[in-house]
Amino acid sequence: MRKSIFAFGFSIFFILVFAGIASAQQPQATPSDDQVNAIAKQLYCPVCENTPLDVCPTTACARWRDLIRQQLAAGKTEQEIKDFFVAQYGARVLGTPPPRGINLLVYLVPVVAVVAGAYILFRVYRSWKRPIPLPQSPPTDVAPPPAQAATEDEYIHRLEEEVRKG
Amino acid sequence: MIANLGFGTLILTFIVSIYGAVAAFLGARRNSPALVDSARNAMLLTFPLLTVTTLTLIYLLVGVHFQYQYVSEVISNSMPVSLRITALWGGQAGSLIFWSWLMSAFASAVALRKWDRDREFLPWVILVSLVTLAFFLMLSVFVENPFVSFWATPAGNLITSMFHPAGTTLYIPPDGNGMNPYLRHPGMIFHPPALYLGFVSFVIPYAFAMAALITGRTDDRWIHITRRWTLVAYIFLSIGLLLGARWAYDVLGWGGYWGWDSVEVSSLIPWLTGTAFLHSVMIQEKRGMLKHWNMLLIILTYDLVILGTFLTRSGLLSSVHAFAESAIGPLFFGFIGLTLIASLSLLSRRWNDLKSTAEMGSVFSREFLFLLNNLLFILLFIVCFLGVWFPVLTDAMGIVGQKVPFLSRIFTGQKVTVGPEWYKGITPFFFGGLLLLMAIAPLSAWKSSTYRTVARAIWKPFAVSLVVPVVLIIFGMQSWVAILAFWLCAFVVFVTLYDFWRAAWARHQSRQENLFLALWHLLGKNRRRYGGYIVHLGAVMMAIGIIGIEFFQTETQKTIPQGGEIGLGHYTIQFTSLSSFNTQDGRNVARAVVSVYKDGKFVSELYPRRDYYNESQQYVTIVGLRSTPQDDLYVILADWQSLSTTGATFKVYHNPLVWWLWRGMIVFVLGTLFAAWPTRESQRVLAKKAVPVTSKAFGS
Amino acid sequence: MDEIVTEQTEPTEQPEPTERPAQKIIPRWGRIIAWVGLFALLAIVAMLLLRNLQGPVAVGQVPPTFTLTTFDGKQYGPAEMSGKVVLVNFWASWCKPCEQEAPDLETAWEDYQPRGDVLFLGIAWTDTESASLAYIDRFKITYPNGPDLGTVISQAYRITGVPETYIIDKQGKLAYAKLSPFTSLAEIKAAIDPLLGP
Repeated sequence: MRKSIFAFGFSIFFILVFAGIASAQQPQATPSDDQVNAIAKQLYCPVCENTPLDVCPTTACARWRDLIRQQLAAGKTEQEIKDFFVAQYGARVLGTPPPRGINLLVYLVPVVAVVAGAYILFRVYRSWKRPIPLPQSPPTDVAPPPAQAATEDEYIHRLEEEVRKG
Repeated sequence: MIANLGFGTLILTFIVSIYGAVAAFLGARRNSPALVDSARNAMLLTFPLLTVTTLTLIYLLVGVHFQYQYVSEVISNSMPVSLRITALWGGQAGSLIFWSWLMSAFASAVALRKWDRDREFLPWVILVSLVTLAFFLMLSVFVENPFVSFWATPAGNLITSMFHPAGTTLYIPPDGNGMNPYLRHPGMIFHPPALYLGFVSFVIPYAFAMAALITGRTDDRWIHITRRWTLVAYIFLSIGLLLGARWAYDVLGWGGYWGWDSVEVSSLIPWLTGTAFLHSVMIQEKRGMLKHWNMLLIILTYDLVILGTFLTRSGLLSSVHAFAESAIGPLFFGFIGLTLIASLSLLSRRWNDLKSTAEMGSVFSREFLFLLNNLLFILLFIVCFLGVWFPVLTDAMGIVGQKVPFLSRIFTGQKVTVGPEWYKGITPFFFGGLLLLMAIAPLSAWKSSTYRTVARAIWKPFAVSLVVPVVLIIFGMQSWVAILAFWLCAFVVFVTLYDFWRAAWARHQSRQENLFLALWHLLGKNRRRYGGYIVHLGAVMMAIGIIGIEFFQTETQKTIPQGGEIGLGHYTIQFTSLSSFNTQDGRNVARAVVSVYKDGKFVSELYPRRDYYNESQQYVTIVGLRSTPQDDLYVILADWQSLSTTGATFKVYHNPLVWWLWRGMIVFVLGTLFAAWPTRESQRVLAKKAVPVTSKAFGS
Repeated sequence: MDEIVTEQTEPTEQPEPTERPAQKIIPRWGRIIAWVGLFALLAIVAMLLLRNLQGPVAVGQVPPTFTLTTFDGKQYGPAEMSGKVVLVNFWASWCKPCEQEAPDLETAWEDYQPRGDVLFLGIAWTDTESASLAYIDRFKITYPNGPDLGTVISQAYRITGVPETYIIDKQGKLAYAKLSPFTSLAEIKAAIDPLLGP
């Protein structure tokens, strides 16, 4: 009696295991438009410039979206699909250039520009002299002296001055 | 006949503008007021002449005279009369005429101002304006003549020519191509003229800048004169860009307002340098600093304006805006190159004269912050310029890789796309920096300002603004970047409002004036400053809209039968019905009726449409849009699928806060108008309290 | 450093200009870099304009070499092409004008193939494999066809669309370029016959 229960349980177990394996290998249900678009959004039409694949209305683009759908259904990951498109149609399908060869410039130049900008600011800062107190020269500038708080008087004075100049 | 009249006046204007330029030059060199006056008259003459040219072209367009090549390109029988007039700028040749006409209008307006104080500028301003005008006229006369007709040879071929070639007969096509259906939208109708107005008006400050360099009068006089011109240019350029964004949102069906498309960006680039210029000249006026910057910025803006016009014409960058290729490229390139070299040479000669007459006091002084402002805009310019030119450059430089095999791994010549992902990875930093500047600069003081002065001025609005991120976090916002961005917006708003309030309160206290009256008078007295603040508030409203759509947009797409539903977030969209009909102007319209439910409650009915234009065989989708300050629901019919009651494909976008983008644009433009509005030249200074008389500022 | 303070009469200017060392003036190397950079930029733009105007590969020049892997896996490279008249045709299954010339091209191939010194190569540009094979099936095309992987070949030829046909003579130079569909079989033959030699 125990042997048959054991055998029965064992068979059930194996059936379940194999069923599980089998179902895991079945292709997924047809991917939804949204799943396709999530990937198509990141790819660009190789024919029409600057048009993302998810909104491109041409027949060719519709075919490419179907291609993405097929590949998703076959279980390919997002990166695999993108790599496939690059291999088929060239680097231009990606939204940013691959960081190789001369394309590195497009990533380096902004950084260099920012550094250059910071350097210019630094040079300007260095070129200042310490502000020399000049008690004898008339206070033609309209900024309140830093030590004092901006009183209403000086604020009005500043306002009127700016209005006059403005 | 009429076309000959148009072409005749075109050639005449070309000759007159060359004459005027030469006369101005000689008049300046020989110190001859008579020659300069003659040049000025020549400049005035260009406007009526070109008006005639433009009117004849419009006459040909409205009268559907298809024997003219340009008319055939942009007009078709089915277009209503109003659209035919706007076809003036629907194609290359007409756009150039329109550009020239606008240039002559602005040049004439400049000629008609009072020149008594600035006589030495006049010949040079005339020279620069007329040389620019002559260039565009040359393109129209020799390369892109809108008045050429079709002629049929005996062999049956078609050729185009202005005058009747021997042995041919005039050929009149039965119908024309008509305007690209995408362009038949109110935004698109006004977008090119607004952009051109903006481009053309930047020529005037540039002309004065060159005059200042040539005559050596490099003080702020030229800036003072061109102050309003710059603002006018800025208004139009901004309106042009904003209309383009609205058009993209309504018509292109991507649920977005800006695609970082090469041609879009190349019209943004002059706006960037123009904004920097607009701010930077204030420093030269108030403190005599940043003079080199101002010259560089206006030279850049001028050449970028010409480049912007060029890039939409030369076919170098193909995009949604593509016009056919033409031999115009080398001519534009030559002109830009020559003017750039000439301007920079002039600047280089006068470099030492443009030394600052003052010094920056501190990192927190307003001058330094404006310098930082210039830098941020220049960095944005570099980034955008790089993004636009990089694909074309790397493609062209592939030839190096071909000729020098050792370098072929680097110069592959492979086409790449520099798309929105790249721009969105870089530009937000700079825009964030600009927001921060908008918050700090109004409360910074000239010259000497320390961390303490700024902190003392700013801590109140800063503290209040912190409420915003706290509230957002409480309400469950996850994205730290979005929270930071919203906080920056709040910071700017509170600082700006605080500055309004503080000034109004001070005035109210000192004059015992009603607070609102005080505010009113304050605004009136200093339009530039407070108009500028209104513009900043508009910019912040736009930023709020942009943050909403960039961070929180959701979308979905589904094919549903009649009666079916699509869900997106809180919304449910039900496909109620579909109707299909033909219109008089050659379209077949498929119009869907969808009902929108929010959280189960009915809120709206929308009518997304798909129009098929028979003659151009193109689909245009018209969005069904529900817009509230909180969010937009954007429903379109997918134009590549078949539509029927058994299955229609809908694409639905949920765009939070985008309403603020469009309203912010209006505030932005109104603020600029307010800043530009002429005031009475009142020099009276009303000081109620005693002020030290030794102040030189009150001397005259 | 001595400071020179002068009084200004202009109310908008500050009254204390100082003699400073030339720090605000851009140093010489900066200016040279700026001018060189400017000229380099202009030169590059000039170069790309010229290339743009040139259009696709010029007749009389040696066209770029390439290796095509067909849909059945065979390779056609310089070795297979040398000494032959090679007709390179760029097409796509979604391209309506390509369909116009497809039957004529196939007929021409059937006529020329027995000779052995003519090679037709069809290059499917930005197409999907299943759609390309369906197109080949539909028009019963027998000459070698392969996808333009990575759009390398079409970029080398700088094509501006499809269909485009390039005919290379036996010496390896480009003899004929057609940037639109062939209108008739006779047109194809008229382009190839002069190149066949004795």
